[in-house]
Amino acid sequence: MIKTDILIIGAGPTGLFAVFEAGLLKLKCHLIDSLPMPGGQCAEIYPKKPIYDIPSHPEIMAGDLIKNLEDQIAPFQPGYTLGESAVTIEKTDDEQFIVTTDQGKKHQAPVVAIAGGLGNFEPRKPPLENLESYENKGVNYIIKDPEYYRNKKVVIAGGGDSALDWTIFLENVASSVTLVHRRNEFRGALDSVDKVQGLKNEGRINLITPAEVTAVEGRDKLEALRVNQEGISTKLECDYFIPLFGLTPKLGPIANWGLEIEKNAIKVDNSLDYQTNIPGIYAIGDVNTYPGKLKLILCGFHEATLMCQSAFKRIFPDRRNVFKYTTVSGVSGFDGTQKQAAKSTIKSIE
Amino acid sequence: MSADIRIYVTDREGKTHELIAPTDMQMNLMEVCKANELPVEGTCGGMALCASCQCYIESSHPLYERSDDEEAMLAEAFHAKDTSRLGCQILMTTELDGLEIVLAPEE
Repeated sequence: MIKTDILIIGAGPTGLFAVFEAGLLKLKCHLIDSLPMPGGQCAEIYPKKPIYDIPSHPEIMAGDLIKNLEDQIAPFQPGYTLGESAVTIEKTDDEQFIVTTDQGKKHQAPVVAIAGGLGNFEPRKPPLENLESYENKGVNYIIKDPEYYRNKKVVIAGGGDSALDWTIFLENVASSVTLVHRRNEFRGALDSVDKVQGLKNEGRINLITPAEVTAVEGRDKLEALRVNQEGISTKLECDYFIPLFGLTPKLGPIANWGLEIEKNAIKVDNSLDYQTNIPGIYAIGDVNTYPGKLKLILCGFHEATLMCQSAFKRIFPDRRNVFKYTTVSGVSGFDGTQKQAAKSTIKSIE
Repeated sequence: MSADIRIYVTDREGKTHELIAPTDMQMNLMEVCKANELPVEGTCGGMALCASCQCYIESSHPLYERSDDEEAMLAEAFHAKDTSRLGCQILMTTELDGLEIVLAPEE
C-alpha cells in the first residue's frame, strides 16, 4: 500500500504543479497516470507545440513546460504510479481514501485530487462491425509484448509514428507484416518513413496504400481482414490485426465514483476550494466544471493552489492556515535541498 | 468591426442550429460550435491533432484547402468522407456567411 498526503490522479501540468504547492505546506504527493510518462496531453498529444498563454513565458513548448514542472517539483519527491489507471475508490472508517489501479496497486491518502484532464487515454478504435468481439482474439490496440507475435501474420493499420515504428520492429519478429494506411503519405519521423520504404523495397513487408480495413472475419478468433484498396476489396488472411490510430481521452472509471458529473466533467465548488460533492475529493484543471470554467493550464495552476490550502485544513483541522511567499521563505525540499533568496549585503559607509 | 456571419450546423440528431459567428475574433468553426454548446469536443484544442471536430461541408463555400496536418489527421479519422473537414481548421470569415455543415459521428 502506497501512503501519501494528497493522492493526485493525473500527472498533467495541473497535477504536477499541485505537488509544488502541497510541498510548500509540507504535504507529500503521489501521482497516478495511465500514460507511461508524466505530462498528460502536453506529453501525449502536443509536446512539440508552443503554448503562448503561460504567464511570463511568451512562448514555451508543451514538452518543455512539463520538463520545467518536473524540475520545479523534484525537491518535493513526488511518487509516481505510471502506466496504470485509477479504477476504484473506497473510503475507510478513519476518513482515508483507498484508490486501486487497473493493475491492483493500492494507494491510501486522506485527500484525493483528481487532475485527470479529459480522462484516461485509450486507444482509438476504428468503427468496424464486430471489432470488439475479436478483441484479444486477434485484435489488439496496444503492443505489450512483441514476442507474442513471433512467427505470426500481423496486419497493422495507421499512418503515424506508432504504426511505422511497430512495423519496423515486428518485421524482425513476425512471419509477415502488412501495413495498411488510407493514403500514401505517413505522418511520422522521417527516419521511420525511410526505413519502412526500405523494407517495402526489399519485399520484407507488405505495404497497402491507399487502403482501408473494412471488415474483420473469423469464426472464434480473427482469421482474415477485408481490405479495400481504391474500390477493390480483397481478403487478407492474418493472425493479428493491430489498429494504431493513437489515443483519445475518456473520463473512464472516475465517472462511476459517485461524483457529480456535468457535460463529462466533475462539478466542483469554485467559490471555495474546488472540492467535489464528496468531501476530501477535489477536482482541478480540465477535469472539473463550474460556472465560467475555462480549460486553461494557467487556471489549473490556480485551482491546484487553492485545493492544497483546503487539503491542508482537512488534514490538520487544528492548525492555522499556512501561507507563505517563496521569495521570503524559500523552498525547503523533502530531499534536504534548500532554495533561498540571496541576502542582500549590508555594508556601512564610513 | 467586421460583420457577424450566420452558419448552419446540423447536429448528430439531425437538428439544424443557426449560429451567429463573429469574423473579427479569429475564431474557428470548432470554437464557435463549442461556444454555442454543441457537442463538439475539440480534444486537442484546435491543433488538427484529433478528429473530434470533424464535420462534413454541405454548402459550396470557398474554403481554404486542407493543410498537410489536417490532411494527415483526416486520413486517420473515422467516418471520413470527401467533404470532411476539421472544424478547428476553418476560420470564420465573411466569405463563409451561410455555411452549412453536418457534425460527423462521434468516434
